Amino acid sequence: MTDVHIVGAGIHPFGRTEGRSGLDQGLFATNEALADAGLDWSQMEFAFGGSAAAGNADALLPRLGLTGVQFINVANGCATGGSALLAGYWAIKSGEFDLGLVVGFDKHPRGAFNADPEKSGLPAWYGETGLMLTTQFFGMKIQRYMGLHGITAETLGRVAEKAYENGARTPHAWRREPVGLNVIMSADLVSDPLTKFMFCSPAEGGAALILASDRKMRELGLAGPKVRGAAVRTRVSGSFEVFSPSLELERGPSPTVLASKAAYEMAGVGPTDIDVIQIQDTESGAEIMHMAENGFCQDGEQEELIAAGATRIGGRMPVNTDGGCLACGEPIGASGLRQVYENVQQLRGRAEGRQVEQARLGYSQVYGAPGLSAVAILEA
Amino acid sequence: MATRMVAEGLVSGLGDDARLLGGRRRADGKVVFPLPLGAGAEAYDAIELPREGTLWSYTVQRFRPKPPYAGPGDDRSFTPYAVGYVALPDAIIVETRIETDAIDRLRIGMPMTFTLQTFRTDADGAEVLTYAFRPSKEGDAP
Repeated sequence: MTDVHIVGAGIHPFGRTEGRSGLDQGLFATNEALADAGLDWSQMEFAFGGSAAAGNADALLPRLGLTGVQFINVANGCATGGSALLAGYWAIKSGEFDLGLVVGFDKHPRGAFNADPEKSGLPAWYGETGLMLTTQFFGMKIQRYMGLHGITAETLGRVAEKAYENGARTPHAWRREPVGLNVIMSADLVSDPLTKFMFCSPAEGGAALILASDRKMRELGLAGPKVRGAAVRTRVSGSFEVFSPSLELERGPSPTVLASKAAYEMAGVGPTDIDVIQIQDTESGAEIMHMAENGFCQDGEQEELIAAGATRIGGRMPVNTDGGCLACGEPIGASGLRQVYENVQQLRGRAEGRQVEQARLGYSQVYGAPGLSAVAILEA
Repeated sequence: MATRMVAEGLVSGLGDDARLLGGRRRADGKVVFPLPLGAGAEAYDAIELPREGTLWSYTVQRFRPKPPYAGPGDDRSFTPYAVGYVALPDAIIVETRIETDAIDRLRIGMPMTFTLQTFRTDADGAEVLTYAFRPSKEGDAP
């Protein structure tokens, strides 16, 4: 079977861009990715794209060119971008295609997401009585985790502090000013124990990647990181997921644990081999819990690791080198591809100002409603 | 005064006799909450869930949620409310609003008791009730 490489990567800066639609941000990222690879849209044999709130991704077609190309819209909650990448990966791996685009973009209104119970197969009272909020889920998941594993509120603060520090060094980040630990800790609570600086916000942005088979890459004289492993997994019985009116008494593994294991197996590598890490940080607690769920440490070890600076750039397991969701915001369709874009920059030695020295293996994981996780492992 | 539950099928009984309803799957005895209604409901028997449990986790809703939340007042008059999961022994862990005057005294593992809560009052004066849990010893000296 052929290997799959990322031969081009583009991004539209995340955050708020007044007067520019989500679609236009997706177009911007696509054109940047094509230019990065030195390719033309007419050469693309397939495209997978997604957006949660900014229209169908295939609305890009009239602007890119009506070439008749196979274009498939992807909708998979917060893992939409990761799922588009997986679809493109398998399209090439299958031997049917050699060159294509995966793209994600979004533009969300300000403020927290408001979820529709019916769309998740839940009764109306669940939304009406104020239980259906992603923010509550994250607050409760980390609250319990802190109790079980001895994580302190200060560690939550340090995760956010690092995020804004890294964001300040990243051209595509939204929050580009460092924020001090005291400011983070004393800010208004959103959902206890998390303050407003510990939560990411829905935002805008676009990200695009050009995938190529080994053969095609050589034929075109291109180069780029190899996709060593990629997997999407959904919730199993007993895992604690967003929008759950009840949980079973017996706990099960999270979809992140399952996707992570599958991706490591495909790649034939383990957590200690990884040089640079992008993991879902919807809020500070998610980054802490996902460190363990993705195998980078045992439950509870985060307290010491983070205090010692292990997750900062220059530390032994740099996490969210572009500031993650906390500094970039979360445009659902683009968020998972932003992580992969950042790893591509790191592995190609292009992450100026935030470069992890000699990064060879990059790991990314996106998690979201209604309980799914997508992991990708890249090799320089 | 007229009162009504926010939804059918959430509880059985009224007042002090009220019980939270769950479902027991006939095939294997698995307990679920809420009690399934509509298509698929015939696979479950309605059961009354335990009134007493322990707090499994909790948080506080600090801002007024967007619709479909239909609580009282507006952004300015909004009062934060606690929510959590309560583990009901040998049954299931349920998500619930928490009735308490002392949010800062909530602790994982504390005993909790089922209650009904007036969630809002409608224009016709009817009180709309939902289920909730409260710390079992609330009111005792801390």
